[in-house]
Amino acid sequence: MQKKKIIRRILDKTTEYLLTFSGAITGIAIVFITIFLFTEGAALFKSPEVEQGYELYVHAQNPINTLSPAETKKIFDSEITNWKDIGGKDGEIKIFRIDDAFSVYPEDELGENYALLPQKLGELIAQDENILAFLPKQYAPIGSSVKALVSHNIQPSDYFLGKEWMPTATPVPFFGVMPLVLGTLLVSIVALIIALPLGLGVAIYLSELASEKQRRLLKPVIELLAGIPSVVYGFFGLVVLVPAIQKSLHLPVGETAFTGSLLLAIMALPTIISVAEDALRNTPRAMREASLAMGATQWQTIYRVVVPYAKSGISAAVVLGIGRAIGETMAVMMVTGNAAVMPHSIFQSVRTIPATIAAELGEAPAGGPHYQALFLLGCILFVFTMIISISAEIISKKKNYKPH
Amino acid sequence: MNKKHSQFVAFLIFKLLGIIVVLILFSILGFIIINGVRVINWEFLSKFPGEGMTTGGIFPAIVGTLYLTIGSLLFAFPLGVMSALYTQEYAGKGWIVKTIRMMTNNLASVPSIVFGLFGMSLFVNKLNFGDSLLAGSLTLGLLALPVIIRTTEEALKAVPDTYRAASLALGATKLQTISKVVLPAAMPNIITGLILSIGRVSGETAPILFTVAAYFLPHLPSGVFDQAMALPYHLYVLATSGTDIEASRPMAYGTALVLILIVLTMNLLATFIRRKLEKKRSK
Repeated sequence: MQKKKIIRRILDKTTEYLLTFSGAITGIAIVFITIFLFTEGAALFKSPEVEQGYELYVHAQNPINTLSPAETKKIFDSEITNWKDIGGKDGEIKIFRIDDAFSVYPEDELGENYALLPQKLGELIAQDENILAFLPKQYAPIGSSVKALVSHNIQPSDYFLGKEWMPTATPVPFFGVMPLVLGTLLVSIVALIIALPLGLGVAIYLSELASEKQRRLLKPVIELLAGIPSVVYGFFGLVVLVPAIQKSLHLPVGETAFTGSLLLAIMALPTIISVAEDALRNTPRAMREASLAMGATQWQTIYRVVVPYAKSGISAAVVLGIGRAIGETMAVMMVTGNAAVMPHSIFQSVRTIPATIAAELGEAPAGGPHYQALFLLGCILFVFTMIISISAEIISKKKNYKPH
Repeated sequence: MNKKHSQFVAFLIFKLLGIIVVLILFSILGFIIINGVRVINWEFLSKFPGEGMTTGGIFPAIVGTLYLTIGSLLFAFPLGVMSALYTQEYAGKGWIVKTIRMMTNNLASVPSIVFGLFGMSLFVNKLNFGDSLLAGSLTLGLLALPVIIRTTEEALKAVPDTYRAASLALGATKLQTISKVVLPAAMPNIITGLILSIGRVSGETAPILFTVAAYFLPHLPSGVFDQAMALPYHLYVLATSGTDIEASRPMAYGTALVLILIVLTMNLLATFIRRKLEKKRSK
């Protein structure tokens, strides 16, 4: 008897420790995800602006010591052609790339494994004061008349306020997230503008007007629709919505921000309907009856009593809807065309943050600036959805009914 | 009279709205079902894709999704249920529990692509699992974890405290109370949560893009470090990047229908099991 009791107690304690342990693991895992995302992302600001592994070199006599990313881009796009334009001496800028070296020197002059290349490059740069050489660091030119331009690290302001997202451009990639952030917000907000009135209308219909039989039939179907994988919706959008929008609006392509919004609205509808319907049905019977007893019609009762009472529940539905729309990846990626440019109209192709991550992560070399920039996009998404879920919690906890 | 008129108009609008929205939603389902039913047959379900994904079937994708779902829940279900037991039954109401709860709630709302990002860099790169069933299952498991914790917590909360008090008063230990009284009472809801997360996990694409999914494999995965095909990713590539998109459309409709059927089956199963267990308990 005594022995059994002891065993039981040991078992009891072990279980308690085991459960505590798994609780701790879960907690740690969650903290770990957060820290991990942010450290990977923040590493971007320790990366140089110039493409990884490369550097810009000029003649030592050149007064220019550093170039901004915008200046570098303009020079390489031939929009700036004279050193004078960026504060240097008068002289045409001569761009020199590593490939050019092979046309100047035959391969056998460069020695084994190009061992002599740095020296030769140094000599080349020494000959020309106007040269701007874009070379890999491993062949950094040697010589007293060579100067490497000072390379700054990527600035947070360039990232968060930048208007160009060109992660693979050479010699300077641009990681400006504004087009992606605006694209995401545009698609999500338009989706919500479409889905909210429809969803609310259906919720009112289901909770107030529909017969019990209709409700019991429709509610499970709507819940089922909320569970359908987003890639299925994306496929539907691709084969039905895209051509339909292209034809009916006479657009050159059907893959636009509006298509994405429409699809997102369809996807958000089931969630909005079921959350809002729950909120409406939670209105106490006494309040409805009081209103009806005072001679109000059913409609007056709905929009003066029931909807105001359920306001916080409905707002929570709205906020949750935005949260899902912002994070939606596959469906949006399949129908918005994914052009990473600043959105000017909703009938234009846009690219959202999740779609950018999904489309580019496979090509970004692990640990490079592009990879880190995508992680930082993940952090932005994380912060967005966190703010949204916290505000949804605050809204739905707010006291429902304020006496006048 | 005016009141009545406005009521009439408003109700008419709502009824129309209701009909329109329900029609739209139904037509999506109908569209996929009608186009998919023509494709689905035994051959489609049991053969490998052939000729640039335009003929054959989706067998390896079905198997891959099955492995991934089982793998992710093997990891997420015990951990999730145990964590929920800890926060609900053992831990007090201190700040640690509050923080864990807040974090799980936030994690539940994190977009799936962020899990993919994390899974790729931690499991695939840092821990060197490579693109593998293991990396994919762990990533999907993390995604399912907050859902399972939340539903289990709700299920435990729904068990009346009088049950626990009665059991303890009879001299049962805490472990006995939990395993013999609380868990059986909460089981229908816990199982429902599990089944619904199966539905969710099997349809996710973003988290597996970079952790496990393969465009095409001529053989089934033979170990946890193998890549695998998966239904949602298969649908994605069929729809967007096949060699002959028009010719592979029927395959895409079939795959979409299979995905919908999985979700439908899981929903029905959840309802069925809940009803059955509830009936058994009430006897």
